[in-house]
Amino acid sequence: MHELGIMESTLAAALAAARDNGAHRVHRIVLRVGALSGAEPDALRFAFAAVTAGTPADGAVLEIDAVPARARCPDCAIEFVPGAGFITACPQCRRLCADLRSGRELELTRVEMS
Amino acid sequence: MKNSLSQITEYRDADGDSFRVIVPGAGPARSVDLRVALLDQNDRLAGRNRADFQSRRILALNLVSSPGTGKTALLERTLNEFGREVPCAVLVGDLETDRDAQRLHRDYVPVAQITTGGACHLDAGMVARGAEALDLDGVRVLFIENVGNLVCPAAFDLGEAIRVVLLSTTEGEDKPLKYPPIFKSAQVVIVTKADLVGPLGFDLAAALENIRLIAPQARVLTVSSRTGQGMAAWYDLLRSELLSP
Repeated sequence: MHELGIMESTLAAALAAARDNGAHRVHRIVLRVGALSGAEPDALRFAFAAVTAGTPADGAVLEIDAVPARARCPDCAIEFVPGAGFITACPQCRRLCADLRSGRELELTRVEMS
Repeated sequence: MKNSLSQITEYRDADGDSFRVIVPGAGPARSVDLRVALLDQNDRLAGRNRADFQSRRILALNLVSSPGTGKTALLERTLNEFGREVPCAVLVGDLETDRDAQRLHRDYVPVAQITTGGACHLDAGMVARGAEALDLDGVRVLFIENVGNLVCPAAFDLGEAIRVVLLSTTEGEDKPLKYPPIFKSAQVVIVTKADLVGPLGFDLAAALENIRLIAPQARVLTVSSRTGQGMAAWYDLLRSELLSP
């Protein structure tokens, strides 16, 4: 349950963005969450409701952009989304690839405010 | 905007600085695009730890597994054998008690317990404070035994040089398939309790294949902290990663 701490960081960053932009209410918060980030969207939503209650982001919408894992095959020089279970076998040569190009993202990307 | 009817509230940001948010009612709506890494504070502290360990020529390892996989048992034997030859120190994290620190205590090994008070993982700040409590003069290897948890520690860089993920023969052979993020983050995977392969009917070949499928980047060892099987290879790995003074 480290999602609570992540959401506390999210709220602090969103409120800081609101402050920097002279806004007083936060209406929507957009996150990018990688499939291998270790953060679980349902737990993030649960934590979001808890941490925003009574703040200028109370009632805001949490939007989560899921980022798939992507790996790169050094032999075929292609990037691909691994199949079920995150097994990174190259779709062309079947080599297991360790070079992950995305999937660990955990970012705040947009705040809608007024 | 005027603040005459505003509601003023104090908040703290991620760095602990307080700031005020003033709520005078809605103004014009707008959307602000930004890019804030949510673990940025931890990642910055981890970077500081990494630079600190490197400048002091200390090899730092982060040991991660489920509870009961044998992290402490592996370290006990490692300190008894490898630790007599190469100066080691240990930071050990648990929710409560200093039982592991007591188990790992040796005259020749600085050990500090981090009790997280319920937190499900160590973070870089806890490691920085723990390392401050240790006398690391002359230490070549720092073992950081994480809280037993195969999920949350995946996201938290501690500043280690090597992340070691352990899987014991008392768990399922399919653990790597069930917990991909942590296994994908490992530089080393150790199968522990190898002496129980026979009694438990543990399918070691299947477990090794599952590790290879999920963590093709990792070096893989099979050990028994009880019998000593495979420990020499573990010590060889540690020796090969030591930083020259």
